[in-house]
Amino acid sequence: MIEAFFAQMPALVIVLPLLAAPICVLLHRGGPSWFVYLLTTWACFGLAFLLFVQVKIGGPISYAMGGWAPPFGIELRLDALNTVVLLLVSGIAAISSVYAKASVAAEIASERAYLFYAALLLCFCGLAGITVTGDAFNLFVFLEISSLSSYALIAMGSKRRALLSAFQYLIMGTIGGTFLLIGIGFLYMMTGSLNMADIAARLPAVADTRTVEAGLAFIVVGTSLKFALFPVHVWLPNAYTYAPSSVSAFIAATATKVAVYALMRFLFTVFGAAYAFDQLPLGEVLLVLSVAAMLSGSMAAIFQTDVKRLLAWSSIAQIGYIVMGFALASTAGVTASVVHMVNHGLIKGALFMAVGAMFWRLRTISLNDIAGLGRQMPITSAAFVVAGLSLIGVPATGGFISKWVLLEAVMAPGHYWLAAAILVSSLMALIYIGRVVEALYFRERPEGHPAVGEAPVLMLAATWTLVLANIAVGLYSTPLVGAAERAARAVLGDGV
Amino acid sequence: MSAQWLGWLVAFPALMSLLVAACGRWPNVRESVSVATAAVLFAGIALFIDPVTAGERPSLTLFEVLPGIGLTFTLEPLGLLFALVASGLWPLTTIYAAGYMRGNEEHAQTRFFVCFALAISAAIGIAFSGNLLTLFIFYEMLTLSTYPLVTHHGDVESRNGGRVYLGILLTTSIGFFLPAIIITYLITGTITFDDAGLFGDAGLGVLAVGALYALTIYGTGKAALMPFHRWLPAAMVAPTPVSALLHAVAVVKAGVFIVLKLTVYVFGVQFLADTGASELMMWVAAFTVLGASLIAMTRDNLKARLAYSTVSQLSYIVLGATMASSFGILGGGMHIAMHAFAKITLFFCAGAIYTATHRKYVSELDGLGYAMPITFTAFFIASVSLIGIPPMGGIWSKWYLMEGAADSGHIAIIMVLALSSLLNIVYLLEIPTRAFFHNPRPDTPRSWHEAPWACVIPLSITAAGCIVWFFYPLPLLKLLAPWAP
Repeated sequence: MIEAFFAQMPALVIVLPLLAAPICVLLHRGGPSWFVYLLTTWACFGLAFLLFVQVKIGGPISYAMGGWAPPFGIELRLDALNTVVLLLVSGIAAISSVYAKASVAAEIASERAYLFYAALLLCFCGLAGITVTGDAFNLFVFLEISSLSSYALIAMGSKRRALLSAFQYLIMGTIGGTFLLIGIGFLYMMTGSLNMADIAARLPAVADTRTVEAGLAFIVVGTSLKFALFPVHVWLPNAYTYAPSSVSAFIAATATKVAVYALMRFLFTVFGAAYAFDQLPLGEVLLVLSVAAMLSGSMAAIFQTDVKRLLAWSSIAQIGYIVMGFALASTAGVTASVVHMVNHGLIKGALFMAVGAMFWRLRTISLNDIAGLGRQMPITSAAFVVAGLSLIGVPATGGFISKWVLLEAVMAPGHYWLAAAILVSSLMALIYIGRVVEALYFRERPEGHPAVGEAPVLMLAATWTLVLANIAVGLYSTPLVGAAERAARAVLGDGV
Repeated sequence: MSAQWLGWLVAFPALMSLLVAACGRWPNVRESVSVATAAVLFAGIALFIDPVTAGERPSLTLFEVLPGIGLTFTLEPLGLLFALVASGLWPLTTIYAAGYMRGNEEHAQTRFFVCFALAISAAIGIAFSGNLLTLFIFYEMLTLSTYPLVTHHGDVESRNGGRVYLGILLTTSIGFFLPAIIITYLITGTITFDDAGLFGDAGLGVLAVGALYALTIYGTGKAALMPFHRWLPAAMVAPTPVSALLHAVAVVKAGVFIVLKLTVYVFGVQFLADTGASELMMWVAAFTVLGASLIAMTRDNLKARLAYSTVSQLSYIVLGATMASSFGILGGGMHIAMHAFAKITLFFCAGAIYTATHRKYVSELDGLGYAMPITFTAFFIASVSLIGIPPMGGIWSKWYLMEGAADSGHIAIIMVLALSSLLNIVYLLEIPTRAFFHNPRPDTPRSWHEAPWACVIPLSITAAGCIVWFFYPLPLLKLLAPWAP
């Protein structure tokens, strides 16, 4: 019985949220739907943890969906890399489900709340699916599931601009999805297979054709659109700014990471590092783009007056760190990427949650309106400060660990100019986080604004869980760095 | 003493800060807790004097922060000296701060004392650190825990001061220090401090080591080497006890202590002497000594003048490190203690003058000496100690620094030190001279007008300390025996 359950775990991670979503619709009420959402995400978090341990002990797991053996059926494949990503996604989903109740009650009309939770579950299902699948076309399907549901989620934002930004995201996201599909189609055309491992085995024979090269290009551009790599990042600030708070927190912490994971999976598992980085100059291209993302994103963040938009631009910069890591195509580089995926998830989750708690009280989140909030919402403000320090990379926080491993990875082969870009971008983070902190603590509350109290206790608990996770990682990073290193070795092969 | 205690000593003030916060409603209890914590901390650290002078190096690794790199505390003589100075002057500063904060009816006193305790915790952590990562963690903790102290008033002026403070300290530490640590790690494969230095057999050229040394020393922004010294005068917006603690004990001393420590345990004195890689930074320090003294002469604001004097004095210690001679380390180490006692006295005096008369400018002090004789006598004693004239302790550190300069063959550095003494005379002795010999302004009080006793007693004790160190410098020499002749 137990063993049968263990054997089905990879599928359950997708099936549970996929089933829970229609249950929410049938329940037709916000409260019970929230409870279903909460239970599902925590269950998946538990499953993800078990899978993580199982892979750590026993090595990769292959699961044949519906009993159809790969490469003909859909294969779910779990290895050291995607169990980490799955753990991050389900962990953030679980914590943000605690956060969501009060936040959703304030921002979403109660008669539509059950739809909101259904969409959120679908989005989570899509992200989990992208992570666990070993099938290229299946990955595209899950990408569309998560994208379509996130368009709906963003459109539910309380301002009318949310509709426009959801539409903008829809256009860009669809282009990205289509590019990805075209790329996968090219690979299918040349290899006759959709299973990633199978494609990888057949690819070397046809690797030097223009079709495969074009396929790689389409896949890189398509996924880059999804994780908003400079210069295809323009959809992201609006989407994050106008989405409901709990959606911003969840999507900012997970969606871009999963898209990055998808690209890493294609580059390292399907194409192979030697093909993408040695034969083709992809590494150089990605390094230049990542530096541009870091500097332009941080620079833009400095000049924002809306705190959510500021954090969104900061995300664009942080994506640059993650891309820079794996663009080095070294064990240390991929390790740094994975470490920063997790840390940035924890940091941005915490920051967006803190900002969401302020929004919950104020219904606005511009720098002028949050002025002086440090005394009226001390717990929320302190959470923002600590998570902000982690973003800057102050020691004893997760962000510092990221910076350490990334700097180590770029300086070992002597890329000092990349190290300089990382440091400059960190210092720019100091400026934009500093602007928010100064507004919180050094300015008086604006005239005519009533005094406000703290946010609800569940929102604070969720926010602080992520904040404390940041500190825990910062003080004791060995498990995370170890897991990331195993992930790097798994996708690169031990020899690299 | 068991090495287990090292961790507790670092954590103790931080834990007690919770108690301080809990006692916020009863100021007398709160300050008693602070003073008691300080006394216990000092006693606890003092228990390590005998084992460490006997050659023991207690070491404790709590857990691994990064794979293979632990949060490690190792006690060695320089760290012990710094820890003793910081924890020894803390109770005095606390008593003084209680008098000052109440005398000036400052707000948010509880936050003030909590951050104070956290800052001491960080300083002790720096003193005990056994590798570069541990040191870096506590270094940043010190920066961040003192930021609310610097910006205590919460107005535009303190916000701007805080910007410069945090901006320069974090920029230098993240921009220079962190890459320097990682480069060291990549080259040598370790960042654990070692008596012989880490670079002995790395086979690096002078230029590479010199560049890395410069990166490290400039990364330690708290050492206030020009041109990264601006944060120190900017931090003057803080209440005076903070300035006293910051500029005499915890923050700046942490900076120069790190310079000494890294010179000895990462680069290695012998290695630097052989390669001459620290020479560039030595001239930068010499320039800072003179340049800051010249700026100090132009400052009328008393605290600003003292701040620039601090910048100048700190570079004495950097000079001691960079001349790559064990005399230099000895002199630099002694100067940590000497300058701490003298400078904290001067700041206590500045604060006492402000509390009693609300005067901030040197030009307003004419004739004030008869109303505040104790304060200005203490000021005079501390000034003489800084200048380096007997019978004050400051002579010893200057003596060994000059000996170190002679030992390493840098005659020009002896000239710099001598010239600096002359400049000190000009800008420091002007103050007691004005107070005692100039005609008082009409509104200057003639009769007894000292600050509260809580302010006057600490400054008398530290001034007395300056004299005691002249007659009895043996404990310092014993502690720094590894570098003594």
